[in-house]
Amino acid sequence: MAVINIEINGKKISKEVPDNILLSDFLRERLTLTGTHVGCDTSQCGACVVHLNGNSVKSCTTLVADCDGAKITTIEGLASNGKMHPVQEAFKKHHGLQCGFCTPGMVMSAVDLLEKKKNPSEQEIRDWLEGNICRCTGYQGIVAAVKDAASKM
Amino acid sequence: MKIENFINENRPHESAIKHVSGQAHYTDDIPEPPGTLYGAIGWSKKSHAIIKKINLDEVIKSEGVIAVVTEDDIVGRNDVGPVFDGDPIFPKKAEYYGQPLYAVAATTTELARKAVLKAKISYKTLKPITTIQEALKKKSFVLKEKIIKKGEALKAIENSPYRLKGNFTTGSQEHFALEGQAAFVIPQEDNDFKVFSKTQHPSETQQIIAKMLNQKSNTITVETRRIGGSFGGTETQSFIFAAICTLLAKKTKRAVKLRIDRDDDIIITGKRHDFYSEYEVGFDELGVIKGLKLKLASRCGISPDLSGAINDRALLHIDNAYYLENVLLENYLCKTNTASNTAFRGFGGNQGMMAIENIIDHIATSLKKDSAEIRRRNFYQKKKKNITHYNMKIEDNIIQEIFDQLIKSSNYKSRMQNIKKFNSENKYIKKGIAMTPVKFGISFTTWHLNQAGALVHIYFNDGSVHVNTGAIEMGQGTYTKIAQLAANALGLPFNKIKVSATRTDKVPNTSASAASSTTDLNGAATLNAISKIKKNLSEYVKRKYKIKNSEGIYENGMVKFKGKIFKFNKLIKEAYLNRVSLSSSGFYATPKIHFDKKNFKGRPFLYFCYSAAVSEVIIDILTGENKILRADILHDAGRAINPAIEMGQIEGGFVQGAGWLGCEEVNWKTNGQITTHSPSTYKIPAVSDMPEKFNAEIFKKGKNIENVINKSKTTGEPPLMNAMSVFFAIKNAIASIRDYNINPKLDAPATPERILMSIKNLKKKYEK
Repeated sequence: MAVINIEINGKKISKEVPDNILLSDFLRERLTLTGTHVGCDTSQCGACVVHLNGNSVKSCTTLVADCDGAKITTIEGLASNGKMHPVQEAFKKHHGLQCGFCTPGMVMSAVDLLEKKKNPSEQEIRDWLEGNICRCTGYQGIVAAVKDAASKM
Repeated sequence: MKIENFINENRPHESAIKHVSGQAHYTDDIPEPPGTLYGAIGWSKKSHAIIKKINLDEVIKSEGVIAVVTEDDIVGRNDVGPVFDGDPIFPKKAEYYGQPLYAVAATTTELARKAVLKAKISYKTLKPITTIQEALKKKSFVLKEKIIKKGEALKAIENSPYRLKGNFTTGSQEHFALEGQAAFVIPQEDNDFKVFSKTQHPSETQQIIAKMLNQKSNTITVETRRIGGSFGGTETQSFIFAAICTLLAKKTKRAVKLRIDRDDDIIITGKRHDFYSEYEVGFDELGVIKGLKLKLASRCGISPDLSGAINDRALLHIDNAYYLENVLLENYLCKTNTASNTAFRGFGGNQGMMAIENIIDHIATSLKKDSAEIRRRNFYQKKKKNITHYNMKIEDNIIQEIFDQLIKSSNYKSRMQNIKKFNSENKYIKKGIAMTPVKFGISFTTWHLNQAGALVHIYFNDGSVHVNTGAIEMGQGTYTKIAQLAANALGLPFNKIKVSATRTDKVPNTSASAASSTTDLNGAATLNAISKIKKNLSEYVKRKYKIKNSEGIYENGMVKFKGKIFKFNKLIKEAYLNRVSLSSSGFYATPKIHFDKKNFKGRPFLYFCYSAAVSEVIIDILTGENKILRADILHDAGRAINPAIEMGQIEGGFVQGAGWLGCEEVNWKTNGQITTHSPSTYKIPAVSDMPEKFNAEIFKKGKNIENVINKSKTTGEPPLMNAMSVFFAIKNAIASIRDYNINPKLDAPATPERILMSIKNLKKKYEK
């Protein structure tokens, strides 16, 4: 057990956690932030992506104990003052989702890309999202959404 | 709905905002009552064995474990088979690697998963049957074989100027819905259970649990708000998880949640049937098929599950879009010691279609003709050559129009010339192109399943509308489309309609959300309920205002009767105060269909969906690596209710089909152990596998000639089969190595390994 201090979606928290608890379980079970989904349990499908100090990580293979002092943003913390992030707006507008299960991770990955690179090419978008699997859409709407959001950020 | 008042509105998915902000609840996200426990399942490590002893002492002692359940805890039916028995919840004899044997409930998921690993099981190992070939040899079948005849196939083949023989295999496919199997059960008073299940079929989940507990169906309520994809993977395969979760809840008298780890999910559940076919075909100099003998054998796994209906659909689609005058079909449903194969988008239809497409492709190469031309020459026609091999007259055929339009818009012919030139100039990189049609029959082939119910309430204080149906929202947008239909019928804005979670205590006796028919059936039932409420309203208005023979027109929040106009809300309030019912159930049963399964004759489908696709690929003949360069699709969605949602199905279905025929390969060891049990060993198309150019279009002249909601056509399964063009484009690229003179032997999926094998065989043949 260790006491960790982290900031999640702008809120500072201090909690005692077991050494082996995964960030995805911590978010979902301790903080009821269930927007972060677990799709494959093994860091491959990307449904669990969150931002750790501004970088996208797969929370299903991140230990909370390693996050002491970190700032974490989850899908629930992306909108600010009730206004959706341009990437969220674009996924809705361009039908970048169907069943929605991969969407939170996909959106968080896309936001990270656009924060690092202003106007990515279509190829760069495809390369970046390689670690996020969607089984429904065929990705067309997703790529269109990221392109559109890039023009609005 | 006013006549000709069609909807054609691109509207975002009804849960889009919730999805992009993480607010949409899936089964594992539902808030838990205090004391909730978590389950895990222990499964067989042998694919065929007598279980001599299961020692669970260490499991029970394991940290956090509250209860263990085994076969002994089942008081009623120990089986989750939907039509026939054969899928025991906990078996006496292990029949496949991964078959559940016991389960635990513990204080955390982690502790439960750790505990199940501690069982000591002694097995007496038996020899497993793991392949279709072995099962055919040993006559190991889950159901009786079928022989179907039309005309005189053998004679026609014999009398044909040209004849070919061959065999062909299409592979299995893991559903890999992003949300895995999950259930959450809360015990209620009177030994009732509230079951939340990730399922396409709440009603059957309810019945199976009731039978397992030896309780009445009215003691079990199953609720499903949405599921994170499914594609057939929870039409029946979810039952065992909901059943085990209920057993644990019953034993512990506490709420239990059971979310299956991805690897366990893939190991425990069945997948798409792989099919093996042997064919003999006779045709004329134009490539027109005169006679066909086809043997179709599928891997069903340990039990019938839905294999009967799936194989029937394969048999019903071996014609795809082609007129077959003389047919002899044999169908074998192979029993193997692997998980029971099940529904998967296309439901056997696509496997049947691949068998005939491979034959057509073979004919084209043997005549050294363009395969698209041979396809066209074999199409069903409108006035003659329009009776299927199961004696149904095709009345809505538009495949010719779709094919002709796409061949032009995709520049198929000039691109083929360019590709030939490219191939003659490049030794190691080859391109290929192919065009394939789709004709897919819509309706459940099991007649009684073609029915649906709905429940509609209008609340008097604000005129808001509540809709409930048997439809399961799995991403296909059925809630959105049903709400659009309801809003249109009542002349209300979309936001006044709420479609609520599907529940067995609101709409009973529902069919699975499957067979592409969910919105057709449930949308029609919703409109039926609304029409009953409208009838109540119009009778009231006629009575009160002495208006004769006037039906209300519902538009823009107003209701217009002859000489009297109401605001919708005002009319509703007034009706309530005058004691008029504002709630109704609705019902729909698909008309016209009938099918005699024994003689394999009738009209199993209300209508057909048509489509065509052109794909261009590039392959590296030294590594087998390949890529789709361009795909063009023209798809018939009738008068689409929500074209944007249909387009999502068209694109997504194509990519899923390209996975089935390309990169997705399920593998078993000879001892029956599955080796492709995680995304690290099983490759699903990623964003980088998408065609570089992807032109998907809805056929603008599309219209359903049958009386279907909005004159629309479903887009659930049919788009998947457009990916057949990818497979034959790869084959076309391989054939270019020997100047298109030899038919390459290529089985699906066309993985890089298979492509290399095909090239190697081709070279060998050439050297002979």
